[in-house]
Amino acid sequence: MSRLKILALLPLAVALSGCNYVVLAPAGDIAAQQRDLVIISTVLMLLIVVPVMALTVLFAWRYRQSNTSARYEPEWDHSTSLELVIWSAPLLIIVCLGALTWMGTHLLDPYRTLGRIHADRAVDQSKAPLEVDVVALDWKWLFIYPDYGIATVNDLAAPVDRPINFRITASSVMNSFYIPALAGQIYAMPGMETKLHAVVNHAGTYKGFSANYSGAGFSGMHFNFQGLDDKGFDAWVAQAKSAGGSLGRADYLQLEKPSENEPVRRYGAVDADLYRLILNMCVETGKMCQSEMMAIDAKGGLGHEGLNNTLPLAYDKYARRGTALGPEPTFVAGTCTPDAPQGQTTAAIKAPLDTAPLLGAGLKRPTFAPLKSSSFFLGQRPKSNS
Amino acid sequence: MSPDLLKLIFGRLSIDSLPLHEPILVGTFAVVALGGTTLLGGLTYFRLWGYLWREWFTSVDHKRIGVMYMILGIVMLLRGFADALMMRAQQALAFGGSEGFLPSHHYDQVFTAHGVIMIFFVAMPLVTGLMNFVVPLQIGARDVSFPFLNNFSFWMTVGGAVLVMASLFIGEFARTGWLAYPPLSNIGYSPDVGVDYYIWGLQVAGVGTTLSGINLICTIVKLRCPGMTMMRMPVFTWTSLCTNVLIVASFPVLTVVLALLTLDRYVGTNFFTNDFGGSPMMYVNLIWIWGHPEVYILVLPAFGIFSEVTSTFSGKRLFGYTSMVYATVVITILSYLVWLHHFFTMGSGASVNSFFGITTMIISIPTGAKMFNWLFTMYRGRIRYELPMLWTIAFMLTFVLGGMTGVLLAVPPADFVLHNSLFLIAHFHNVIIGGVVFGAFAGINYWFPKAFGFKLDPFWGKLSFWFWVTGFYMAFMPLYVLGLMGVTRRLRVFDDPSLQIWFVIAAIGAGLVFLGILSMLMQFAVSFLKREQLKDVTGDPWDARTLEWATSSPPPDYNFAFTPVVHDNDAWWDMKKRGYQRPLTGFKPIHMPSSTGTGIILAGFATAMGFGLIWYIWWLAAASFIAMLAVGIGHTFNYHRDFDIPADDVIRAEDARTKLLAGAK
Repeated sequence: MSRLKILALLPLAVALSGCNYVVLAPAGDIAAQQRDLVIISTVLMLLIVVPVMALTVLFAWRYRQSNTSARYEPEWDHSTSLELVIWSAPLLIIVCLGALTWMGTHLLDPYRTLGRIHADRAVDQSKAPLEVDVVALDWKWLFIYPDYGIATVNDLAAPVDRPINFRITASSVMNSFYIPALAGQIYAMPGMETKLHAVVNHAGTYKGFSANYSGAGFSGMHFNFQGLDDKGFDAWVAQAKSAGGSLGRADYLQLEKPSENEPVRRYGAVDADLYRLILNMCVETGKMCQSEMMAIDAKGGLGHEGLNNTLPLAYDKYARRGTALGPEPTFVAGTCTPDAPQGQTTAAIKAPLDTAPLLGAGLKRPTFAPLKSSSFFLGQRPKSNS
Repeated sequence: MSPDLLKLIFGRLSIDSLPLHEPILVGTFAVVALGGTTLLGGLTYFRLWGYLWREWFTSVDHKRIGVMYMILGIVMLLRGFADALMMRAQQALAFGGSEGFLPSHHYDQVFTAHGVIMIFFVAMPLVTGLMNFVVPLQIGARDVSFPFLNNFSFWMTVGGAVLVMASLFIGEFARTGWLAYPPLSNIGYSPDVGVDYYIWGLQVAGVGTTLSGINLICTIVKLRCPGMTMMRMPVFTWTSLCTNVLIVASFPVLTVVLALLTLDRYVGTNFFTNDFGGSPMMYVNLIWIWGHPEVYILVLPAFGIFSEVTSTFSGKRLFGYTSMVYATVVITILSYLVWLHHFFTMGSGASVNSFFGITTMIISIPTGAKMFNWLFTMYRGRIRYELPMLWTIAFMLTFVLGGMTGVLLAVPPADFVLHNSLFLIAHFHNVIIGGVVFGAFAGINYWFPKAFGFKLDPFWGKLSFWFWVTGFYMAFMPLYVLGLMGVTRRLRVFDDPSLQIWFVIAAIGAGLVFLGILSMLMQFAVSFLKREQLKDVTGDPWDARTLEWATSSPPPDYNFAFTPVVHDNDAWWDMKKRGYQRPLTGFKPIHMPSSTGTGIILAGFATAMGFGLIWYIWWLAAASFIAMLAVGIGHTFNYHRDFDIPADDVIRAEDARTKLLAGAK
């Protein structure tokens, strides 16, 4: 067994000689606190793991068959006091670890705004945090800086010691947004938003990537994250501004198509509403935004009439996602309002003040038939009398 | 022929579905075809088909079925491990602009198949096989409660394995990771047959697993011999009971979640899409509500094996039997309260995350108690270092490390930095290899003489042991290190050249494990050749303690000529101590279940139905389904389900044993 131990320690010895243990030596305060928890928990557990391993080796050696001088008690199988120790020792460790977990999890909740930027420095309230909207695309990252009106692909930068508020979503499948030097990861999921609050304390260039497998181009889905001083960050913003180009809805629909190993791109201007449209899955014109759909559903929905409010899906990132036995793919059409005529849906729809349930009577049955064989699966279409 | 007609006959299947453009697969196919033809030719030449069909394929004997499960597990281990070697090689090579040798289309299938095969078709058959073989013997029963169902369960598991293997040469396997999270696994992003192979392979095998779970619960609850109260059951039987309770309670969840995914993929429902109100996170929750108990389904029987082995080879009663049993039950219950720890990073609130983190840690308390119990079983024992005990010591040292990293990952903020990283990969291989695989090997070495009447060769066994253990540490310690460097899982190519050395070390480790597997196959071969030397005539080669050692090796079809009566925990030890005399007269005819081919036929149709559904060959699916119903109903008219072993045969078998025993003295 001792040979094994040496083998197990060998990589550790080699390891200590100058590799980049970014998880153990991060550049951001959040990641540093997470690192501390990793170390404290490990030490706590070693308190019991080391004795167990030592005892295993000791007993295995001492009570070997050839050692006839060791005591042999074949009928001894119970000891209340020993059992008490056996159960309470791990229990005590877990009580400590549990308390640590409860506090750590709440303090380091990625949704929580930062209370400090470093162990000994509070947040400077005069500086607003940097807002960054992150979108995981197939297979690249889109970063939108709403305060600066710029966007980048596969290039992220932030000023040192300024809190960063990430809002994170995805265009198609699940990814995980992870910059080990900055803070722990959080998933990027389509139609859903996750949040991350973090701060970088040391200037430098760090790796960021997707930590959750997302398909063919997953390996190439990484970017550089730069921690810059204020001047450097301004220059970086100016560089993006001067890159020209603008990212509107049509450009986004081109951008979101699957592509691998994308180079860095910068957009000097970006549609201010783009992130919310992506999040609400209504960048395509004519599609109802989820926020709107939820507002309608919150009021009781449109009933069966709502089934008629669909159109055949014409645009798709890959191909038309028809199923073998199901209906043709459709999407929920946006509703027209004076503020948002058809084709210009916006995510910024708020629930109407009148909370009386909506009735579907006003929705007429469309003249086309978007559903092929769907009545079998979806039931009889409701007949509209109006 | 018109395309419509072709489509009607062959569905999506066409000549392009065969991976003729992938040299690796064509080469593999050539080797498999050659080996398969040789095997089938050999079986035909030696006229073994009739024997195999009568004595094995249609057998309802729990011992034969157990052995067949083990063979399935070991064969599939070779496939799953070939995938592992390819991954390790790819990751060791793909540096500095090199793409390695696997394109993403192939690599992504390889890691998905590796996970699916190792869990469902290696670990599960090994564990189920051991339970099937050992449990009825340990409780002094003639067979399981539903012997035909047992045969059917086995063949359904084989059917699932056949479908997964078929994907290698016909079409492709899923490229989604082993749990196939939507939206990636939904029709939009995985329009090909890969995910359908995944779904139907698991559904067919899942039927087998669930039924076998029901069967073993009934067996343990109803068929214990007189005197064996619940608190006198051997610990392996206890862990088997808990495992099967977990199976019965959790596999239906898997069935349902896969069925919902099937509906999404086949008829365009929206359970797991974001449009139309579905949610992919529902899938993630449901699959882990099955997935976490699954981990304990695998490891609990391994715990049972280690308990039996430690006690036997320490020549001592198991320390703290009662707390061992309660620890097992507590783990069984708690395993349902921890599933969310697999996705702390999906944005649950801090309170939810802490709850699931802390419940996870609590599981380490009964597990730790078990570890201490084994430790104090060794304490003041006389430990014989036979192969099963070597595996047990390796397990104890390895598993505590894996347990420690597991508890570390249960701390949500730590998980935020380690989730999805190679640290996580190292952790779960540490517990699955260190726990389940080492446990299965301890079990194989321990019960092999019971199954075949001769011990396994210790030289090749020890060689295998050292290759496995050193190989395991070399393969997975580097992954812990890489995880701390922030390297994530499932990557195909790397930029940072400083990482390469670690992947090379890991690849060498995988190579050592490969030698370990080869040594084990050698061990089987050598043991078979030296079977006369390694023969065990006593039926109790290890001076063991539980009832399965009270009968001959291999046991007669009926297990025990007289149902034993139990007075103590270690029933056989107690019988030996009190000078138990084997009854030599008074044998009566023994009532036994008859063999039937219905199980294999039903499973064959189920597999064909799965194949039809995968390729949209609707006529095949419908015809197989109807055939399945017909065979199932037909079987209800089979009135030849049981027979009596005549008293003369029993007397002959028992007399032969008496002579053997006399010769051994």
